Amino acid sequence: MSAVVAEHDDHHDHHDHGPAKGLLRWVITTNHKDIGTLYLVFALAMFFVGGAMAMVIRAELFEPGMQFVNPQFFNSMTTMHALVMVFGAVMPAFVGLANWMIPMMIGAPDMALPRMNNMSFWLLVAGVLLLASTLFMEGGAPAGGWTLYPPLILQTGKALPFAVFAVHLLGISSIMGAINIVATIFNMRAPGMTLMKMPMFVWTWLITGFLLISIMPVFAGSVTMLLTDKFFHTSFFDAAGGGDPVLYQHIFWFFGHPEVYVMILPTFGVASTIIPVFARKPLFGYSSMVYATASIAFLSFIVWAHHMFTVGMPIAGELYFMYATMLIAIPTGVKVFNWTATMWKGSMTFETPMLFSIAFVVLFTMGGFTGLMMSVAPVDFQYHDTYFIVAHFHYTLVPASVFILMAAGYFWLPKWTGHMYDEKIGKLHFWLSVISVNVLFFPQHFLGLAGMPRRIPDYAVQFADWNMISSIGGFIFGASQLLFLYIVIKTVKGGTGETVTDEVWEDASKHSLEWTLSSPPPYHSFTTPPTVIPTEHI
Amino acid sequence: MNEGVKQKNAKLVRILVFVVVGMFGFGYALVPLYDVLCEVTGLNGKVESSAVKEVHYEIDKSREITVEFMTALNEATPMVFRSEIKKLKVHPGEYYTVNFYAENKTDKVMVARAIPSISPGAVAEFFKKTECFCFSEQTFKALEGRTMPVRFVVSPEIPKEYKTITLAYTFFDNTETSVK
Repeated sequence: MSAVVAEHDDHHDHHDHGPAKGLLRWVITTNHKDIGTLYLVFALAMFFVGGAMAMVIRAELFEPGMQFVNPQFFNSMTTMHALVMVFGAVMPAFVGLANWMIPMMIGAPDMALPRMNNMSFWLLVAGVLLLASTLFMEGGAPAGGWTLYPPLILQTGKALPFAVFAVHLLGISSIMGAINIVATIFNMRAPGMTLMKMPMFVWTWLITGFLLISIMPVFAGSVTMLLTDKFFHTSFFDAAGGGDPVLYQHIFWFFGHPEVYVMILPTFGVASTIIPVFARKPLFGYSSMVYATASIAFLSFIVWAHHMFTVGMPIAGELYFMYATMLIAIPTGVKVFNWTATMWKGSMTFETPMLFSIAFVVLFTMGGFTGLMMSVAPVDFQYHDTYFIVAHFHYTLVPASVFILMAAGYFWLPKWTGHMYDEKIGKLHFWLSVISVNVLFFPQHFLGLAGMPRRIPDYAVQFADWNMISSIGGFIFGASQLLFLYIVIKTVKGGTGETVTDEVWEDASKHSLEWTLSSPPPYHSFTTPPTVIPTEHI
Repeated sequence: MNEGVKQKNAKLVRILVFVVVGMFGFGYALVPLYDVLCEVTGLNGKVESSAVKEVHYEIDKSREITVEFMTALNEATPMVFRSEIKKLKVHPGEYYTVNFYAENKTDKVMVARAIPSISPGAVAEFFKKTECFCFSEQTFKALEGRTMPVRFVVSPEIPKEYKTITLAYTFFDNTETSVK
């Protein structure tokens, strides 16, 4: 496979110095910037699709009783919202950023395996379309939750095999993307760009790449077992044949826990990139950041059963997973303190990317703390499968990963397009988002502690008030994101008309190589390797 | 891209693809690993799936343990299934026989399998059965009802803190998978 890739790439390098003409350019492109753009546009589109599903959920939960959708469809919405957001929006958005930024940050002309890069994007599209098609099948889309637990998920109608194959495609796409990123980082760095001089975003993606390569095959295996249990009379999870449904939970979470770090580690990387630029200081504790990221990645493999404290594990198991989980707070705490110390006594300015990044540090820490609460096995029995956990993981995903993706958008859009975005509307977008996201998710802590289960379309009346407030927050948050769409389109079309310098942000070129290129950068990034390696971020 | 980088890329991709294949296999390897772990530790209430030889124990008259019997049917298994008694006070080391009754409610031959589970899981290794209908698949003629015994002993080595043991059976209709 690699030989073919290399050959095509050769051809590309020699005959093609600019983008091809017409729409076909986007189908056949092997250029890292084109593919990055495709990933980012696709992720943004899926963010709105997944968001629309969330709006259905919040509309139904606005009041007790059944209003708009039937319970089966409601459950499909919670399942599909999660799958679309995780596999269609957040992960592809970070792969898009990696495609755009990593070659520019390490001084490479392109990704290591451009042909495979194109293939992994189009497999992603195929996977998501296949997944979306299950919505229109007899028996509806999968409705057993994104974790796809048997035996419930095996009751899915015609959609089950399609959902499984969709997961296979998404997995292959992620693995190919990860292999490409790892190969790029290892083999394409400019002379002088040693591993410990790489920007944090590159580091976090290198580690994320290894996570993906290790866990996606396990997930593919577990859904394949579901498939053979349903159609080929195997009994991996079927008690009648000697299997055990709890086994699925173990295999799933062996994938699932590192998977949530796949979404958060690049988030950390972008935050570590943006905060120093606007604090006008080097990143505090660069090497401790690298080691903390690696520790978090390692620990993610040995804590999976904290997702299943209530399955009836022996006390020794509960204790082990409890203490191992608590350990993660240490490297994560190192990171939070480092970001804070980076800002300490910095000459800070509060442009939109910085605002989103500061909100990330504060709100991610809150999500981290609720995670620490749930790591305590005896009290987790109260939190398990309630809205408390919904609040927890949304705090770590929405005002963390999604906010940082927004920050990355604002931070690099001027570099990508050569136009400045509208700072006023950007700030409006930030303030609407940061207030509404808390109105949306904070009350869910109360609901969970009061005992409201997750994944239900109707609830007892004592939960009515906070659900209504949460839904109002949800609608405002959802609507606010249209501002982002508006800003992106406006910026691409010319923005404010201001001229954008090469480094865009004051002294940014001291932090990372991409700011030494023109805005917008040339089609092939560094055709000759850069001579000076910026070290301000270290 | 020069030749050296291309070769390095190809080599790295080969290694990483090997890791991917290995991890796919590891996912499957987790299945036997999980079973081995359950068996060794008696976690998850997994009980021996074959009969043990009847050996003589010193009966510990000073202790009394309540054994509860639960019966359940997997969804859509057309059977009647119950134990003749709901609970029994036992002395460790003494053998007891408890009868279970199962009936096929369909007018066709049915093959069913009872899956046992013991709670708390840690006592599984001390709960020994010399006879059980759960050791093999049971074939019922149309509308046949049958009384089936379970003979068991709680080993006297069971730690003192266990006062109650729950033995649960769930019947699964395996007719379709067994006929094939």
